[in-house]
Amino acid sequence: MSRIAACFATLRARSKTALIPFVTAGDPQPDVTVPLLHTLVAQGADIIELGVPFSDPMADGPVIQLASERALAHGVSLTRVLAMVAEFRQTDSTTPIVLMGYLNPLEAMGYAAFAARAQQAGVDGVLMVDSPPEACTELTDCLQQQAIDSIFLLAPTTTSARIAQITRVARGFVYYVSLKGVTGAAHLDTASVAAKLREIRAQTELPVGVGFGIRDAATARAMAAIADAVVVGSALVARIADCADQPDQIPTLAGAFLAELRTAIDSSDP
Amino acid sequence: MSADLPDELGHFGRYGGTFVAETLMEPIAQLREAYAQARQDPAFLAELDADLQHYVGRPSPIYHAERLSRELGGAQLYFKREDLNHTGAHKINSAIGQALLAKRMGKTRIIAETGAGQHGVATATVAARLGLECVVFMGEVDIARQQPNVQRMQLLGAEVRSVASGSKTLKDALNEAMRDWVTQVDNTFYIIGTVAGPHPYPMMVRDFQSVVGREARAQFLTLTGQLPDALVACVGGGSNAIGLFHPFLADEDVALYGVEAAGNGLDSGMHAAPLNAGKPGVLHGNRTYLMEDADGQIIATHSISAGLDYPGVGPEHAWLKDTQRATYVAVTDDQALEAFYCLTRSEGIIPALESSHAIAYASQLAPQLTPAQAILINLSGRGDKDMATVTALAEDAG
Repeated sequence: MSRIAACFATLRARSKTALIPFVTAGDPQPDVTVPLLHTLVAQGADIIELGVPFSDPMADGPVIQLASERALAHGVSLTRVLAMVAEFRQTDSTTPIVLMGYLNPLEAMGYAAFAARAQQAGVDGVLMVDSPPEACTELTDCLQQQAIDSIFLLAPTTTSARIAQITRVARGFVYYVSLKGVTGAAHLDTASVAAKLREIRAQTELPVGVGFGIRDAATARAMAAIADAVVVGSALVARIADCADQPDQIPTLAGAFLAELRTAIDSSDP
Repeated sequence: MSADLPDELGHFGRYGGTFVAETLMEPIAQLREAYAQARQDPAFLAELDADLQHYVGRPSPIYHAERLSRELGGAQLYFKREDLNHTGAHKINSAIGQALLAKRMGKTRIIAETGAGQHGVATATVAARLGLECVVFMGEVDIARQQPNVQRMQLLGAEVRSVASGSKTLKDALNEAMRDWVTQVDNTFYIIGTVAGPHPYPMMVRDFQSVVGREARAQFLTLTGQLPDALVACVGGGSNAIGLFHPFLADEDVALYGVEAAGNGLDSGMHAAPLNAGKPGVLHGNRTYLMEDADGQIIATHSISAGLDYPGVGPEHAWLKDTQRATYVAVTDDQALEAFYCLTRSEGIIPALESSHAIAYASQLAPQLTPAQAILINLSGRGDKDMATVTALAEDAG
């Protein structure tokens, strides 16, 4: 069983919702990332989404755009990101890591080479935001050969027919984008998310994570009540940005925020 | 040959496709469907034709530049005068088509990206005419160097939104327009200015721009009784070039030359010539040639002309390059500037700096041909918008 499947199986047995923090690798500087990931796990992260910096993050709001720019200013390449994962794996062999980003850095490395190196580093899942399943079958095949899960987005605009099509090829979990917008957008309508989740669950057994727009304990709690996993990205990255000048403070502050979300999520679980 | 492309998924060979976030997949499917119906609807086509005739001023003439041809001492140079269109460039051809489609789809809000501002002005113009709300995204750097067009857009009632992310030029304006689109996708139509982006944009914009080549082919035949020996057009994203080339693709004796911006020179790294010096990758919804580093990060481009200052290129051009149906060359800022002055002084036509790249290459090509041969150049836009850039350079040069 993959680390992602094992993680959700354990949580399901305990009726708990997964907490998935997103951070951009190398933000605000490369040596912060691995200790930060360990802190996030210690404060309640079940799975980690690690952003691969990209020069043109079209689906991201300003907070994650700037995180990418800070990381790229330090020359954080895909190779460097994989090295961070390998380093993390030296002392954590259970927490799943999902790489999230845009297709071009993977295309530049070559899909087969990327999949092999990602497997070796200890990557469990890959989510490319600019690549719906029909656009990246070649990548999906390479990942499958290395037993890495291809994770796909579903959106408020995704039709029922597309949900069926996407969940057929999705592995690990599906990620529901809770609003029409970029990462870190403002509005979140719990009732409409709940309705869409029912539609998704009618078509797949895969766990359903919800992200985009979860910014505090209240929104995390509301989503935890209806989702299998809650993803928090921009709100966390904004806290990292706040102490970009004092990087030694980052694990403490980011960890405290995550602990707050953990408590909120657990309070919504039965 | 590639006249039948793209395939149903928007592929030109291995290029093109639909690489966007899931949220946009259904809206793009709706656009594809609406366009597929519209392009076969006689009423839509008649409305488009009428607008092109009475509002844009089509057909634009072709002009035999006899004096310049004599000076260069080789082939005869002919210009397709897209600079004479309403709003001063070829961009209006596609802006009108897309705006009519937006109206047909019941959209009330138009967004666009712009580099030189020509596409922004064309979009603001058609939005004003159709009473649609209009927001144009433009990089900070471009806003500074294309002020007259910023003022025109604002005068036309559009909001010009300054983009300060990344390199603050055309690619970043496109990123920001995509972000806006995904946020307000229900009421918003994104009018893309070039033959790039997710399918169906490269096909749709090409179809609307192909009026240039259809007219030119018929006009040239009428005027000379034969086809030109070569076509020359500048290539940023490549909309004016594909518009001219496409109706000639099956005419295999007609050589096609796309001219990219070599900026300070291809060896300098300061240029915008992905077909000459880039490699295939994925950006802005399609697979195509890109300017990128070894890690797959898109790198900053440089060109004297804002409209060519873009790290990608339309996927059909990538296909035409690989199949060798078209040849892609590059000319520097200095060569383009020289051509700008040359056409202005020899023919009394002030070209856009973008189009000046095509003129520069045609000036190199002409002496290699005989006076019995002919080159048809797409004069894609007029140079009024570039006065400040050219004047500043002249002052710098003392």
